[in-house]
Amino acid sequence: MKQRRKVSLVAGACVVVSLAASAVTLHRIDQLRPQATIEEVLYLNSPKVLKRASLGYDGLLADIYWTRAVQYFGGRHHNHALSYNLLYPLLEITTQLDPRLIVAYQFGASFLAPPPPGGAGQPERAIQLMEYGIQNNPDNWKLYYDLGFVYYMNLKDYKQAAAAFERGSKVPNAHPFLRLLAAQMAEHAGEFDTARMMWSATYQNTQDKLIRQNAVEHLRALRVEEDVTHLQQAVTRFGERTGRLPASIAELAAAESLPGIPVDPDGHSYKLSPEGRIEVRVPDDFPFATKGLPPGFKPHPQFDSQPQ
Amino acid sequence: MPAIEILGLEKTYFVGFWRKRPKCALRPLHLTVEDGEIFGFLGPNGAGKTTTLKLLMGLVFPTSGSARLLGRDWTDPEVKAQIGFLPEQPYFYDHLTANELLNYYAQLSGVPGKERSRRVESTLQRVGLTDVKGVQLRKFSKGMLQRVGIAQAILHDPKLVFFDEPMSGLDPMGRREVRDLMEQLKHEGKTVFFSTHILSDAEALCDRVAIIHQGELRGIGAVADLTSSVHGKVEVIWQGTHVPASMKALGAECHVTGDTVRAVIDENQQDAAIDALRRERLPLIALTPVRTSLEAYFVEKLQRAETTAGSGK
Amino acid sequence: MKARIAHIASNTFREAVRDRVLYNLIAFAVLLSGAAILVGQISIEIEKLVVINLGLTAVSLFGIVIAIFIGIGLVSKEIEKRTLYTVLSRPVRRWEFIVGKFCGLAGTLVVNTFFMAIGVFAALFYVSHKFVRADALVLVALYFIVLEFLIICSLALLFSSFSSPLLSAVFAFSLFVIGSFAEDLRGFAGMAHGFTRWLVTGAAYLVPNFSALNVISSIAHEQPVAAQLIWHNTLYALFYATMALSGAVLIFEHRNLK
Repeated sequence: MKQRRKVSLVAGACVVVSLAASAVTLHRIDQLRPQATIEEVLYLNSPKVLKRASLGYDGLLADIYWTRAVQYFGGRHHNHALSYNLLYPLLEITTQLDPRLIVAYQFGASFLAPPPPGGAGQPERAIQLMEYGIQNNPDNWKLYYDLGFVYYMNLKDYKQAAAAFERGSKVPNAHPFLRLLAAQMAEHAGEFDTARMMWSATYQNTQDKLIRQNAVEHLRALRVEEDVTHLQQAVTRFGERTGRLPASIAELAAAESLPGIPVDPDGHSYKLSPEGRIEVRVPDDFPFATKGLPPGFKPHPQFDSQPQ
Repeated sequence: MPAIEILGLEKTYFVGFWRKRPKCALRPLHLTVEDGEIFGFLGPNGAGKTTTLKLLMGLVFPTSGSARLLGRDWTDPEVKAQIGFLPEQPYFYDHLTANELLNYYAQLSGVPGKERSRRVESTLQRVGLTDVKGVQLRKFSKGMLQRVGIAQAILHDPKLVFFDEPMSGLDPMGRREVRDLMEQLKHEGKTVFFSTHILSDAEALCDRVAIIHQGELRGIGAVADLTSSVHGKVEVIWQGTHVPASMKALGAECHVTGDTVRAVIDENQQDAAIDALRRERLPLIALTPVRTSLEAYFVEKLQRAETTAGSGK
Repeated sequence: MKARIAHIASNTFREAVRDRVLYNLIAFAVLLSGAAILVGQISIEIEKLVVINLGLTAVSLFGIVIAIFIGIGLVSKEIEKRTLYTVLSRPVRRWEFIVGKFCGLAGTLVVNTFFMAIGVFAALFYVSHKFVRADALVLVALYFIVLEFLIICSLALLFSSFSSPLLSAVFAFSLFVIGSFAEDLRGFAGMAHGFTRWLVTGAAYLVPNFSALNVISSIAHEQPVAAQLIWHNTLYALFYATMALSGAVLIFEHRNLK
């Protein structure tokens, strides 16, 4: 009896100690080879081979690669990486293993095309991916929308964008606004409205958290750009009227009979620099804004810490 | 010093999917076996004989109670070097030869290297397996495996041996040999504890017997005391699984156990019984006069058990 | 104590060999030589790559199948066939039995792997007619495969100590599959939030981690393996096998052998 209790105690202690030790070692191993699973695509980069190696469980493997792609992008983005070379191979493998994984194409449209640090800066790859997606899912209007989006936002190719929206509008059950977008591309006017409409659509068309956050960031940036544009015009008007710059943003607001001090999407009031520039108070909160930032400011996008 | 002292060993299993329903396999058992005895542990199948042996061997753990073997605590691993155990219907590693198997067991029992091969050789001879010692065990018949089982139990010259149904699967010659072997062991001063459901074996061999039924000790006594009076009954044992009608006609009480049938009939019907078996071509294994008091004793204990069980339900 | 463990181990090894376990070597040899000859005729460029990939994958898969199918039978088969009764009624402690079985099974696999390793190197020599320095990396991969076997063996024994052979096989095999994606599991844990994150992180550290032990594809591309990784993988495999084996002892020590 005593013997058995002793053995049980020793064995129990061994379980606890060695489990803890193995967890610690595993943690060290993870530090030794960060991103190891993801860098696998450097060796195993043929979707065809992978498809065969998955022995018919290609759906599951696609899901694994999809999480790897998200993990890769999220991790590097968090570290302010300036290149995303593995994003395309990861997405390519994912979509070839499961060509109906729509969210992977949407992810590609949102993050392959924009220049770093917002994305991989590979709009051609993004278009390649979207065309592959459309080929395999010709009835999904969202993919035409995303294709047009890349042409419009990243390549500024309004003709191609219009063509993509046009193609999409012909798909059964397509959202009516595709026809509208196609027309707007042709007119190529009302930049803010179009951009806002597109980012809102991107937000509504997906459940993916990263894509949605990205869209929200762009919408916020659009509002800042629009506000700053209007306020800057007001500053000019003020100067023409009085021959000097307004002393403060409050003076400007009063002169324009605004209901209060204008605020940015976070509720901070805009500020007026001594040189007469309208700026946001916390430029880091608006990584995609192109106006209202101090001169020479470099944005640090931080999705994970961004308050909603 | 008693060889075996069982001090209230008790075992309750919990059965059913949630392990909530208790099933009593052995009620608190008190039993003492003296040094140098051949002790028979009698009872029908499922009475708790094997459970008792497994408890003593430390294969299952008791719900309560304890035991002492050879004067030491029964969980002491060292005591096991002095004990031999033959499980019921033993089965061994298929791919080993009898020789290799016994060598392995001798190593585990701590038989020193020099002595080992000599001991294995003599044990093989003792159970009559010398000719087939190089044959893999998967080619052995049931009876040969039983002999291997006995060999491994006595291999390391233990002071105390436990045999669970040592006669099962053996032909009449084999049964005779095992009986002789047990008597030899007794002469060598060893204690033999064996379980059986065949009364004639017990009667021929044992100094004392205990009767167990439904996990409960029903009686214990010296065979000499229990077999004082002799009635005109004989025990017939034959190989087979059914009872021919002609046997039933003789008014025999028949018990089928495994591949043998045991019947008790009046002495004057013994010729008729043999004729009946011959007609049915059933091989006769044994025909022995029964000193009815052991039989009667056994039956009485069992019947008491049945009535209690009947009233319990 | 040591002697008894050694006897149980050598008996386990002998049983496995007699049970024709090593016959898998023939299938392995046929597979590998067939591939070496065939691939040599198709492409000169990748023949070495294919031989390493195929050879090492086969070593690992054959070994895992053996480890699972023998490992799960080691304890439960002895209980089922009651051979354990005659072992444990001797001065053998239950933990000695478990450790002895583990050593025997691990020994079987090491011997098996040794012969397969010879096969892999022979095939390598056949396709490239010489050995280069980078071929030593194959030894590292083989070493990692053996570490993988230690973990699988201990897990098979753990399951075998309380479960039926069929269930044990299912458990052990699913842990092998999950363990191969352990890093993805930890990546997933990193992306989750709240209670899920807590739960998945726990599970990710509890399941065996085979992904760091699988360096076959990187070695086929002659990527070096850091000495640090070799050292840490060794430690990890030892810790994990100790954990599973202690668990097996803990369970088996309290088991009623009905």
